[in-house]
Amino acid sequence: MQALKVLVADDEIGMRKGVQKVLKKAHFKLEKLDHEIRFEILEAEDGRQTIELLQKEPIDLLLLDYKMPEVSGLEVLEWIKKEKRDVTTIMITAYASLDVAVSATKNGAFDFLAKPFTPEELRTVVEKATRNLIAQREAKRLAEEKRKIRFQFLSVLAHELKAPIAAVESYLRLMQGRAAGEELKNYDHIISRSLIRLEGMRKLIFDLLDLTRIESGEKKRELRTIDLVPIAKNSIETLSVLASERDIEITLKAPESLKLTADHSELEIILNNLISNAIKYNKDHGKVEVILKESDSQVIIQVSDTGIGMTPEEQSRLFQEFVRIKNEQTRNVLGSGLGLSIVKKIAQLYNGTVSVKSEKNVGSTFTVALPIQQEQQVKE
Amino acid sequence: MSEKKKILIADDDFDMLEQLKMQLQAKGFEVIACESQVEAESQLEQFKPHLAIYDLMMDDVDSGFVLSYKTKKKYPDVPVIIITAVTHETGLKFDVSTEETKNWIKADVILNKDIRFEQLFKEINRLLGED
Repeated sequence: MQALKVLVADDEIGMRKGVQKVLKKAHFKLEKLDHEIRFEILEAEDGRQTIELLQKEPIDLLLLDYKMPEVSGLEVLEWIKKEKRDVTTIMITAYASLDVAVSATKNGAFDFLAKPFTPEELRTVVEKATRNLIAQREAKRLAEEKRKIRFQFLSVLAHELKAPIAAVESYLRLMQGRAAGEELKNYDHIISRSLIRLEGMRKLIFDLLDLTRIESGEKKRELRTIDLVPIAKNSIETLSVLASERDIEITLKAPESLKLTADHSELEIILNNLISNAIKYNKDHGKVEVILKESDSQVIIQVSDTGIGMTPEEQSRLFQEFVRIKNEQTRNVLGSGLGLSIVKKIAQLYNGTVSVKSEKNVGSTFTVALPIQQEQQVKE
Repeated sequence: MSEKKKILIADDDFDMLEQLKMQLQAKGFEVIACESQVEAESQLEQFKPHLAIYDLMMDDVDSGFVLSYKTKKKYPDVPVIIITAVTHETGLKFDVSTEETKNWIKADVILNKDIRFEQLFKEINRLLGED
């Protein structure tokens, strides 16, 4: 149960008691909330007292008489606006003129109640205001949460960008100080490390651009019926240079054609990420198998490798942003830590799924399942 | 010239480790570099270093403290330096200047990761009694 504080501000005691009687018995159940809402009623007999009470404790709902001695309801409204109080106000007025309505709304009143009103009218207005209040707070809470996640992402990102700069900077200082003597070849390994860190940084920036485009929805998605097989073939061909450097064989098991409703470049990103991972985290002379098939109105993309594999603990962290499995085997593998979270984000756009099966030192299999049909409009 | 002094270092950041190693080698030390707490523990079994430098967070968040404790238990006279980015990243502050902290943190010195190498080198010389 949640209790909302309602302040009834009216100079007529009969009005205050009447409202109190009705609302004390009232309770709502809102669809989105799993608990009931009840009201705790406070009273104020004039504008000054209303402001005093508003200052003293958090009030959720204010039933505010328009015409009160000394400080009027309108002045209270102005005060609320000026002080930026989070209170939903319902104006009670016997003069339900357009003028009053306009000036009260301008000053932030949520609704009106014209005197005299029935208990039913009171309940209806209060319920409407309550719904609005709860919805607003929920939206605010979500926005705050989003802001926090964003901030966290940016802090990690800043750290991830700073780290390679610091590493390369230190390596250059070592060279500048001739830490290993005058011979350039003494510095070969730190030059390689510097290049690796810089390339990693470049990859991070590119992946970040992909991710931003997907998340912002800025990248125009063109959903149409496309054939997955040539996309996979193309991706394998592009990455075969990387594979042959380490004598890794890539095979494709797929039907002649496999059609689904999707955006061409998004599927390309999925395949490129999965296949390049399967190469990067493979052992020399290893194998990568790409399987495309249809099952239960879904298209299945499966990429298996004979690589270094992962422990269950490593697998559980895998799809988080910036997570890279750090061990001796992955030290020289370039990666931004964003690839798989991009794959996951894209799969989610399609109401699809990503899963992984892996065994340490044996290999990993990544499976992406995407529905063949998308609900959105399909451009033929 | 006397035999080179051996320094055991452990840091899971490979670049950090590499840089520290090069700098210490340039100062004439023999360096045994480890990438994990486990590796450092096994090295401690095999030889007695003249000094040890540990990163705080490696396999575990307190790897440096554990290594420091184990080093002192086996070789009470080996000086230990812990280097950490923890203060910078979490705001937690450790130091070994009071008796109370000295009781549970066995390291001789705790330094921040962004320390300049010359400062670290000064500490090393002080601990090895060579200043």
